[in-house]
Amino acid sequence: MGEIIKVGMADLNVTRGDGVLTTLGLGSCVGVALYDPIKKVAGLAHVMLPSSKTIRNNTNPAKFADTAILLLLEKVLKLGASRGRLVSKLAGGAQMFSFSNKNDIMKIGERNAIASKEILKELKIPILAEDIGGNFGRTIELYADTGIIVVKTIGRGTKQI
Amino acid sequence: MGISIEEMNNMQLDVLKEVGNIGAGNAATALAKMLNRKIDMNVPKVEILEFKEVTELLGGAEKAVCGIYFDVDGDLTGNIMFLLTVKSAKMLANMLLFKDENSDILDEIDQSALQEIGNILSGAYISSLTTLTGLNMKISIPSLTTDMAGAILSVPIIQYGQIGDKVLLIETEFNEGDDNIKGYFFLVPDVESFEVLLKSLGVLE
Repeated sequence: MGEIIKVGMADLNVTRGDGVLTTLGLGSCVGVALYDPIKKVAGLAHVMLPSSKTIRNNTNPAKFADTAILLLLEKVLKLGASRGRLVSKLAGGAQMFSFSNKNDIMKIGERNAIASKEILKELKIPILAEDIGGNFGRTIELYADTGIIVVKTIGRGTKQI
Repeated sequence: MGISIEEMNNMQLDVLKEVGNIGAGNAATALAKMLNRKIDMNVPKVEILEFKEVTELLGGAEKAVCGIYFDVDGDLTGNIMFLLTVKSAKMLANMLLFKDENSDILDEIDQSALQEIGNILSGAYISSLTTLTGLNMKISIPSLTTDMAGAILSVPIIQYGQIGDKVLLIETEFNEGDDNIKGYFFLVPDVESFEVLLKSLGVLE
C-alpha cells in the first residue's frame, strides 16, 4: 500500500498506482469516487452541499456536488485517466438525526446523494456501487490499484463496495 | 441575504461571544440545580474555527461522541447542538441517575437522561438569548445519537457551510469534584437569522 491521502470536509484529491484516498467520519456529506481501472487513477471528493447555484458563498468548488465533481473529473483526467473508461462509486449521505419537521436541511444527505447522481448521469459516468443513507457515519478508503472502497462504521462493521 | 462569519467585524464577534458566555453560564447553573450539586464552570472558550479544526478539537473525526440536537424556531431559526465525549456523557448520566458505572456504553436510560440534560441546558441557553435579544425562540424535542465526531458534526457544519467556511464554537467545561465533563455548544442560526440576531443585539444596522 502506498501513500494515504486524507480528503477533508469540502475537499478533494486524486492519486494513482498504489495510492489510497481516505475521508474520515462522513455523515450527511457524500464521498464521490472516480476511477479508471486501466490507468489506476482514482479521485475522491467530500461533497457537503448539493448545489453551488443556490449559495452566495460558493468560492470553494470542492464543497458542492455540481462543482466538485467537475473539478474532480478535470483532475483525474490530468493524472492520466481516460474519459471513456471512468466509473464512479458513492458513499455517505446519512441522516444523522431524525426529526419529523419541515426543515429540509435534515434531508441534506439524501439531497447530496441525488445531486451527485444527477451530475454523474449528465457526465455519462456509470455508478458501479453505492453505500448511501442510513443514520450512521462512515469512514471510507479508496484504493487506486483496485478501485475498491472500504467502508468502516461504528458498530455496523466494515464492508467493501 | 445573510451575513457570513468571515464578514463579521470584531465588535459583532465580541457580542456573539458574550452571548455565548451568558448562555453557557445559564446552562451550567441549570445543570447544577438539576444535579443538586455544586458545579464549577470554566469560562467558556468561544472560538471561530475552520471546519477541519473542529473535529481535531474533539480528538479526531472517527472518535465516538454523543450529540444532542435541537431545532430552534421562532423569530430566530436555526439549531443547537450539544456535544459530549462518550466518557463525559456517561459521567453526566451516572451523576443524574446516581449510578457508578465504568463503561462506555450508553443504555436506553442513560440516553433519555442525557436528552433531558440536553433539554435543560439548551432551554437555559435559549432563555438567556431570548432575554438578551428580545427575540422569541423555542426549541424542539431533542434527538440524540452516538457516532463518529466527523459524521455528527457534519450536521451543524453543513448548516454553517451555507453561509461560510467557518463555525462558531462555544466550549464549556463543567467540573464536579474530580470529574471533568467537557461539553460543546454549537449555536447555528439559519442564513437569514444571523442578521436578525446581530440586529437585535444592536451591532448591525
